[in-house]
Amino acid sequence: MKTYINGIGCVSAQQTFEGEFAATFATNENLNVLPIVAPPYKDYFSPIAARRMSKAVKNGIVASTIALDEAKLQMPGAIITGTGMGCIEDSDKFLKAIIDNKEEFLTPTSFIQSTHNTVAAQIALGLQCKAYNFTYVNAAVSFESALLDGKLQIEEGEANSVLIGGIEEMTDYTASLFKLAGFIKKDEEGTFPMLGSKTSGTVFGEGAAFFVLENQKSDSTYAEVKDVEINNEIAAEILQLKVFDFLAANNLTVADIDLLVTGINGDAHFSNYYEELTQKQFAGTPQVYYKHLSGEYNTASAFGLYVGANIIRSQQIPGILKSNDQSRPAYKNILLYNQYRGLDHSFTLISQA
Amino acid sequence: MRVAITGMGIISAIGNSVEENFDALVSGRKAITDIANIPTVHANVIKVGEIKKTNDELATELGLSADNNYSRTAMLGAIAAKQAVENAGISDINQYKTGLISATSVGGMDTTEKHYYDYFNDENLVKYIAAHDGGDVAQKIAETIGLKGFVTTISTACSSAANAIMLGARLINAGKLDRVVVGGTDALAKFTINGFKTLMILTDGYNTPFDDNRKGLNLGEAAAFLVLESDKVVKEQNKKVLAYVSGFGNANDAFHQTASSENGEGAFLAMEKAFKLANLKPSDIDYINMHGTATPNNDLSEGRAVIRIFGEENVPDFSSTKAFTGHTLAAAAAIEAVYSVLAMQNGVVYPNLNFETPMQEFHLIPQTEIKHKKIEHVLSNSFGFGGNCSTVIFSKN
Repeated sequence: MKTYINGIGCVSAQQTFEGEFAATFATNENLNVLPIVAPPYKDYFSPIAARRMSKAVKNGIVASTIALDEAKLQMPGAIITGTGMGCIEDSDKFLKAIIDNKEEFLTPTSFIQSTHNTVAAQIALGLQCKAYNFTYVNAAVSFESALLDGKLQIEEGEANSVLIGGIEEMTDYTASLFKLAGFIKKDEEGTFPMLGSKTSGTVFGEGAAFFVLENQKSDSTYAEVKDVEINNEIAAEILQLKVFDFLAANNLTVADIDLLVTGINGDAHFSNYYEELTQKQFAGTPQVYYKHLSGEYNTASAFGLYVGANIIRSQQIPGILKSNDQSRPAYKNILLYNQYRGLDHSFTLISQA
Repeated sequence: MRVAITGMGIISAIGNSVEENFDALVSGRKAITDIANIPTVHANVIKVGEIKKTNDELATELGLSADNNYSRTAMLGAIAAKQAVENAGISDINQYKTGLISATSVGGMDTTEKHYYDYFNDENLVKYIAAHDGGDVAQKIAETIGLKGFVTTISTACSSAANAIMLGARLINAGKLDRVVVGGTDALAKFTINGFKTLMILTDGYNTPFDDNRKGLNLGEAAAFLVLESDKVVKEQNKKVLAYVSGFGNANDAFHQTASSENGEGAFLAMEKAFKLANLKPSDIDYINMHGTATPNNDLSEGRAVIRIFGEENVPDFSSTKAFTGHTLAAAAAIEAVYSVLAMQNGVVYPNLNFETPMQEFHLIPQTEIKHKKIEHVLSNSFGFGGNCSTVIFSKN
């Protein structure tokens, strides 16, 4: 059974929840933590309900609603989310209260909502969806784990339609820790370009991207998801070989790939992995990057899939996404490659449906 | 559907190995005690299922260098996974297409909560910032067993490890992996102690599953991992099969973020799916290892769901082992998977400790004394926040 992407909803640091793809994309190199462009939450839930919801829940509900609407799907056969850090807004809140108040005077609300599967559970609750409900929390492959599971559901006939998504939220406390640990580029650098960066660390962001996967093509089909592979570690020297094996398993070679979408994030310390592909066998392949628009986060690769799926459907590459000047008359097969700090490598192959 | 289990490893409050755990279970030896390793203001009003080893002792056991940044959750997981791999007689972990599916709810929260503000004053602590998330726990376990390949983590609260077993079995069944190490790990943390305390579902004594006067749960900590292998690997390597995963199901209660529905709808659906996949009837089950957390809400909801599946008069021998270990959250379904396999191997139903008074709502009496009998199929339930309901069925042959 083939797996098609039939609906996408995306909330990110760009205006991605409505309108034409990439029409308003803009790079902001002055920030090392990118805030989201907030969708009109009041169109989705009452202000009273919204007050109790964390960013992750709000953005997850908005993005999943958009994806379901586009696919004209009312009840998915499974709900699968990925989130590397989980609901950190609520877990930070609860943890801070424990420490500041010395374990006294606590209320359960933020604890209840701090669980990693809160977003998947809230979507199920809203839809009254009693189907399979999973949440993956494995850093940079959290979203790919959800994608892989969703594809497995469809391939094995366990479900005809699956709602998958990647959600991440950022908080001031976590941003301060990430700066301390050097994961976020130093404030003193002033500007934070991603291409050709010589410094370590990256620019962080947050967001939610949801996809409806179905076993049938429809009017709203973007692309077919051909394959997904995750690896916790790959030595840079054998990265190309791993990619060739992945392509070969799908009866493809480098020449068949019309576009390479990379998770380049400006971290000079780990850019060698991307360069293994971008500067060697794929040097003549059109290439795009996206984290200058979305920022880095554990499920930023879901934004990458949103980008890839839109390019394959529109057959156009917006200039702001290009990381080299190659082009092709048609974009049939797209390979996405992502890793974070040398770990959790993912290959995702999508094709024109 | 059936996938072979060829190795098991476990560390819990009742023992540091599979043998020690089994010995405690058949001796009726629970390990619910005062808390020793975590300074908390609630120390006098709660009891926990705590592994009586300090982090330094665990690190020494794993041979970690002084500059390691393993959280307690990662260390427990690494110890259990290592045992499982050894038990399965695996010498080269990457010989076949092998995966690791871990499960955790707190991840490295135990280090985060300890150093929360100190990170900014002590550069020696900064290494722990990267040890907070669930993925780091899985990566540490993968490093310990030398695995390079498919590694992921599931976090669906207290059903997490059941879902890890489920995904592992599905991946083997679909031919995506030849071999997979599945399980879960969670260390005790102030975060969960206070969380469950505010929900008012912690007992101040010893938890009493399925008792009418039950007052709530004891938290526990543990890790357990199982090795699942494809028929191909079992055949090629002439592997000894401990038992099989023969069915499973996950469903959502879609009722409330933390409470279970009155009639146990999610639990009912999960069990129903598991039976369908296993191609078994309720009457084939010889023992139910209940989720049985001893909270008023869980035991009522689970009991009702079990009655809906089996019929009130036909419920097989059942018990909850939470009175031994405490509720070990994301590790619970993994340690109970180990207990389920041991139940079949040794033909024994474990006692449901601390039970005195039957619940008023229905006629369900757990097995309170150890019982020896032939056990072919065990059904194990695990339910979590977010309405997450999971069932796994294990079979001897």
